[in-house]
Amino acid sequence: MKELLDLYLAFFKIGCVNFGGGYAMLPLLEKDLVQKRGWTTMDHLRDYFAVGQCTPGIIALNVSTFIGYNKKKLPGALAATVGFLTGPIIIILVIAAFLTNFAHLEIVQHAFAGIRVCVCVLILQAVIRLWKKSVPDVLAFCVFLVIFLIMAGTQFFPYSAPAALLVIAAGVFGIFFGRSDAEQKEASAAKEKQEGH
Amino acid sequence: MPVLLQLMLEFFKTGLFAVGGGLATLPFLYQMSDATNWFSHADIADMIAISESTPGAIGINMSTYAGFTTAGPLGGVLASLALAAPSLIIIVIIAKFLNKFDENKYVQRAFYGLRPASIAMITAAGLNVIRVTLLNWELISGGSGSFAEIFKWEAIVMAVALFFAMKYLKWHPVVFLAISAVIGIVLKF
Repeated sequence: MKELLDLYLAFFKIGCVNFGGGYAMLPLLEKDLVQKRGWTTMDHLRDYFAVGQCTPGIIALNVSTFIGYNKKKLPGALAATVGFLTGPIIIILVIAAFLTNFAHLEIVQHAFAGIRVCVCVLILQAVIRLWKKSVPDVLAFCVFLVIFLIMAGTQFFPYSAPAALLVIAAGVFGIFFGRSDAEQKEASAAKEKQEGH
Repeated sequence: MPVLLQLMLEFFKTGLFAVGGGLATLPFLYQMSDATNWFSHADIADMIAISESTPGAIGINMSTYAGFTTAGPLGGVLASLALAAPSLIIIVIIAKFLNKFDENKYVQRAFYGLRPASIAMITAAGLNVIRVTLLNWELISGGSGSFAEIFKWEAIVMAVALFFAMKYLKWHPVVFLAISAVIGIVLKF
């Protein structure tokens, strides 16, 4: 029971400060769950994000459910997800009831212009940290480049990209042309051997 | 149908079909606005602004807001839980499956493709935030303004400072978020 409460509280905290979407959540998860509590690893988080990307629902929620489930099965999944939701629900209820012009207040706008700068840096750091293990070779880099160009292009050209389909396509591509972890180790060992001779 | 049940059903559907993050819920919200009179298009625009200035995804925020305006606080809570329910069920099933097939060659190969795809999504999302935060994008697309005016210099200086501060000071990210908010208010960003 105490563990469930811990899960709930940990995600309640993260939910209260998760500005800027699911990706800005990664440094928070790293600090609180990987470094402080040792509940999960960066490698696992990376995979949760990959799955959360191509399944229905909000990515931050999907990641919360994943961590909660792997810690304490279904009750854990519920505790983490509801914990993550609690803060935003309370905040919006308060705003809807009392502060309908909240987003138009000058001080709020300035504060969030500042917070957005921080969110840029947080996302950049998430990318740097995940890069090495997510993009192990040229083939994986090609997958990255194609999907990045398509997704980034939606901001500059008038089309919308089916993000979920792209991610699923990348997974299918991996099944046919990718390497499993063991195969990657073999390949890098063979390469080292070759270079040694 | 009682309005509470109808609210939950609509947001459950949104949670089930909106794939790829908070903004993916927007088309569903517009449809819901047309089909019911729970909230207007102007309410959605306001909610986008509020979502940018509060923690939490826009889908959750909109479900809380619509639930509250139609059925009070309980409506807000239930609508949000209904939105979260489908992804909870699906992720639990996937987590179960992944724990079992963690070592499977094909599952691992699929992740070989999924990981760079995931990073690509994160990078593209980051680029979008950078565009509105560190650049005067309207000047570029409008074709006016000198080269130096394209960049929001004070924001860029702040971003670089934050980057190195985070690298060397092992403070909690929340501390940096709070400092950034204060800087934004003081310098009137």
